Amino acid sequence: MFQTLIALKEGMLIALRAIRANKLRSVLTTLGIIIGIVAVTTMSTAIVGLESAFLNSISSLGSDVLYVDKMPWFAGGDWRRYRNRKDITFEDYEKLKSMLSSYDAIAPNIRTFGRTIKYQGKNAESTLIYGTTPDFLRTGGAIPQEGRFMTEFEVHASRRVCIIGTDIADILFPNEDPIGKNVKMENVKLKVIGVLEKQGSGFLGSFSLDGQVIMPIKVFQRAFGETRGRLRIDVKVADIDKIDETKDEIRAHMRTIRKVPPTEEDDFAINQQEMFTEIYDQTVGVIAIAGIVITALSLFVGAIGIMNIMFVSVTERTKEIGIRKAIGAKQWAILAQFLFEASFICIIGGIIGIVISFPISLIIDQFLPTAMPINIVVIAILISAFVGLISGILPAYKASKLDPVDALRYE
Amino acid sequence: MNIITIEHIAKIYQVGTEEVRALSDVSLKIDANEYVAIMGPSGSGKSTLMNILGCLDTPTKGKYDFTGVNVSEMNDNELAQIRNEKIGFVFQTFNLLPRSTALHNVELPLIYAGIPTVERRERAEAALENVGLSDRMTHKPNELSGGQRQRVAVARALVTKPSIILADEPTGNLDTKTGEDIMYLFNEIYEQGNTIILVTHEEYIAEHANRIIRVRDGLVESDLQVDNRKIPEKRVEQTEEG
Ligand SMILES: Nc1ncnc2c1ncn2[C@@H]1O[C@H](COP(=O)(O)OP(=O)(O)O)[C@@H](O)[C@H]1O
Ligand SMILES: [Mg+2]
Repeated sequence: MFQTLIALKEGMLIALRAIRANKLRSVLTTLGIIIGIVAVTTMSTAIVGLESAFLNSISSLGSDVLYVDKMPWFAGGDWRRYRNRKDITFEDYEKLKSMLSSYDAIAPNIRTFGRTIKYQGKNAESTLIYGTTPDFLRTGGAIPQEGRFMTEFEVHASRRVCIIGTDIADILFPNEDPIGKNVKMENVKLKVIGVLEKQGSGFLGSFSLDGQVIMPIKVFQRAFGETRGRLRIDVKVADIDKIDETKDEIRAHMRTIRKVPPTEEDDFAINQQEMFTEIYDQTVGVIAIAGIVITALSLFVGAIGIMNIMFVSVTERTKEIGIRKAIGAKQWAILAQFLFEASFICIIGGIIGIVISFPISLIIDQFLPTAMPINIVVIAILISAFVGLISGILPAYKASKLDPVDALRYE
Repeated sequence: MNIITIEHIAKIYQVGTEEVRALSDVSLKIDANEYVAIMGPSGSGKSTLMNILGCLDTPTKGKYDFTGVNVSEMNDNELAQIRNEKIGFVFQTFNLLPRSTALHNVELPLIYAGIPTVERRERAEAALENVGLSDRMTHKPNELSGGQRQRVAVARALVTKPSIILADEPTGNLDTKTGEDIMYLFNEIYEQGNTIILVTHEEYIAEHANRIIRVRDGLVESDLQVDNRKIPEKRVEQTEEG
């Protein structure tokens, strides 16, 4: 055991010396490995970023919430078919609410985007406006960190109140408490009654979830017109394990409410967060497959290059192998020496790859909230070492099997 | 006690369609603490015989018993172990690792024997001191003269305390005076109780041995004891620097 370690250490030292003696050649050989490692690390970094961006952007959608909408979220090319459907109305919502046997929360939800809110000469642009009812607190997870959410009374009485996101609070009220202040939107004055918890930015940083304004639905409809925005009914189910039953029940009630003849298909859609997850999984799957293919190809090309240079290295050092064997090196000791050499060359390539990937990960971070995952560094090193071992096997085997007399005679 | 017993050894190379009989039929016994010179013209099979005796090569036919062990049927790794523990080689072309220091070259057999660092270093240093190179330990072969290189090789051969030293034309690449220094060294080693087999084609080198075996065309031509072998004089002046 101990004996083995001593010979292995010698093998390692020889390998390092051999690489040092051929620095340029060794580095050039690793090009394929470098590209492979850059591909695998960049891909993983991007996927980590996509995932956190995605989770962030669907964080406003609950997994236990059903979204009853005019169209399915991912209509694709069928979009035209759904466009002519009847809008979902506030009355539909009220009927569904009274018919549905069980739910945790049910809220109508109407939205418009790109409005400006003003307060004392300051403007918050590109806001996302919601008109809804108190249940939105639970269906949308809109939890106020300051002040409070709207009440049933404020909805019925169409009180001009609103709850704003933190970004808007920061812009309009940098130095004062927003609660109780009157902001202005489309010539409607609204009193701020609450500020929402910070939620972070949406997918690819395209919009900020903290730039939202929530107000009673009737106030919304009065301010922007009845038909502005598409009404949606958000139902948070009572029991997530019975989400499918609840979905079926909603479907039956909605068909009744909207008087869909039995032979016709639904004129509404019941959407779920799950649909996003599926789309996301597909997207990430494509990126991952592309990344894996690029990685595998570069590593394969890299491995062939390493194998080639290792054969050269074995040939160049035939005499040395002969000397070592003559004075008692066993086959495994010679084998180990060349496997170390191949692995070290690959690990150097892996390290160079990581060094190149790091700034790339910083660039990706500009678009996706990410950081190079630390375990990918370890994985990259292990992959490199593994490629080295694989590509070193044949040359090392050849070296270990050299006949000492022939090897000694080699000039 | 016999260290080496070979019986009807043959080594036949197949070169294309032709058979080359490097050794035809050789039988020998060599005792402990003998100093044997193997002589013969070029191509007579001296190196082939030496490689077989040194377990570097295996005979095509015949039986080889080394220190009481039948080595003629051993595999590569078993032979490597025998070479490492019991055989010290000195080659005509020195065969040192060019990028390693003298010390590391001498340590090498101990590394493959699994001797721990400290002991290894001590033994290698002692071996280099024995051949008069204590001031050249950190030099690489290209920083040493031919004679010094050969002395590093002798130190490497001795460092494992082998049962036998095999030297294939050890003075062949050296000038006469430097060659004599090496012969002086061999004499010392022999007088310390070691067994030496030396291949040479020069009479005055062979005269240092106490037994001369002449080989021709792969056969032993004669095998004679030398009554008063030549004892080399130690040279006082060091002429081999640089
Ligand atoms: N690997 C080999 N293949 C073919 N012939 C060889 C080989 N090695 C040695 N020989 C032949 O065997 C004979 C003996 O060689 P060798 O033992 O080297 O002679 P010496 O050392 O006495 O000069 C020579 O004829 C040589 O050409
Ligand atoms: Mg020869």
